[in-house]
Amino acid sequence: MIRTLQKYNAIMTGNEAVAMGAKLARVRFISAYPITPQTTIVEKLAEMIANRELDARYVEVESEHSAMAATMASELTGTRSYTATSSHGLLYMHEMLHWVAGQRLPVVMSVVNRAIGPPWNIWSDQTDTMNQKDTGWMQVYCESNQEALDTILMGYRIAEDRNVMLPLMTMEDAFVLSHTSEPVNVPEQKAVDDFLPELDLSYRIDVDRPMGYGSYSTPDGPFMELKKDMHDSMDRARKAIRSVTAEFATSFDRNYSGLIEEFLTEDADYVLIASGTLASTGKYVIQRLREKGYKVGLIRIRFFRPFPADEIRKAVKGTKGTGIIDRSISFGSGGNTFLEVSSSLYGTDNPPLYGFIAGLGGRDVKIEDFEEMFRIMEKKEPGQYWINIRRGD
Amino acid sequence: MKVVLVPVAEVSSRENRMDSWRTQKPAIDYSTCIRCMICWKFCPDNAIMYSDDGGYQFPNERLSKLEAPVIDYEHCKGCGICANECPEGSITMEMEGGE
Repeated sequence: MIRTLQKYNAIMTGNEAVAMGAKLARVRFISAYPITPQTTIVEKLAEMIANRELDARYVEVESEHSAMAATMASELTGTRSYTATSSHGLLYMHEMLHWVAGQRLPVVMSVVNRAIGPPWNIWSDQTDTMNQKDTGWMQVYCESNQEALDTILMGYRIAEDRNVMLPLMTMEDAFVLSHTSEPVNVPEQKAVDDFLPELDLSYRIDVDRPMGYGSYSTPDGPFMELKKDMHDSMDRARKAIRSVTAEFATSFDRNYSGLIEEFLTEDADYVLIASGTLASTGKYVIQRLREKGYKVGLIRIRFFRPFPADEIRKAVKGTKGTGIIDRSISFGSGGNTFLEVSSSLYGTDNPPLYGFIAGLGGRDVKIEDFEEMFRIMEKKEPGQYWINIRRGD
Repeated sequence: MKVVLVPVAEVSSRENRMDSWRTQKPAIDYSTCIRCMICWKFCPDNAIMYSDDGGYQFPNERLSKLEAPVIDYEHCKGCGICANECPEGSITMEMEGGE
């Protein structure tokens, strides 16, 4: 287990926890548009500002596209800025996500993972954020309300690292985290201030130093070099993530172990790879199976961008089977995590790989479903399988 | 210290030349130009300037005392709006590189 015993001092929902994280990070600007199940995050922050508990500017806008545009403009002035969204709202932001990343602005955004319609559905599903994996944003999938809070603090540190300078989105599963209360340790403001210094943006809008932002580039201009630098910065982010996570563990006594979390993988014959709260159920099932003598383990992907290819390669080496659970699908190809893991293992002596599509549109992934995945890995051919899918009569 | 590449332009956008964008080029006939500066007002790219060097032709003595419009051919994209708006028909669009 990665978490040590600690003193909890609050009980809060995931959304309250990330709002608290943003407050502790001393964000100075918030712009957002309401969407279920995100709304209560910015409601809470608006309340904090109204009560003068948080010194920040709150700008209401008419759409998520504008919310991200306003957040970008604010961050460009060197102000630590924040926004939050979900699902269709995130898709509406898509264009601005590229602009914020391309402009190298270390914005941190909370996303509550929710399905994309049709049919209209407000429950947990990772399709919304998987659609954004190519935008140049770092992506973190959280497993608990505590991690959701802590990831905001670590997120700003990683994003604002001078070797990284890329935005970061941190995810919570709809309702399972966002609207469920858990005990949380809220750190002291002083400790957070020591951990997270004020933002000092090198290239900011400054009337005394005029510069062109979002200017244009011909094919012979620096366009291609700028894109390569974003990719290289994602590589450098791996190092920053490891060191910031380690420093966070020292300062706050909570160790999130880096890009992935390994659970009983050391001697495991069969390993499942999952992210978000599916990993929690997975760990419970694995403990039960261990008691019956099965050598099974789990890898929880925390960072999907940058993708933890090296960590996974090392962790699944020598297993008899590795199963990858996806709560999203790229139609015509497969589960997004499955595809990433497969390509990470290309050219290595990889174990048989099994892709499991599960829990779309918030369908519960139960203990039996996890047991079914292990049964498939033991008995069936490698490939992609749909879990708990109703067959037509 | 620059650690990552950031897409900002530290030079003025005046450094961006637009002359290669043109297929047609405006030319002012100063002998009929009444110095109304409507072309200056309508130019979408601020590519028409005021000039008071006096070295231009003029329709009459009185107008010789006024500043004249001068086209900045490095930034003119050749849209032809000035020629369209000129009340005296003093601006003509000529093909770039000859007919």
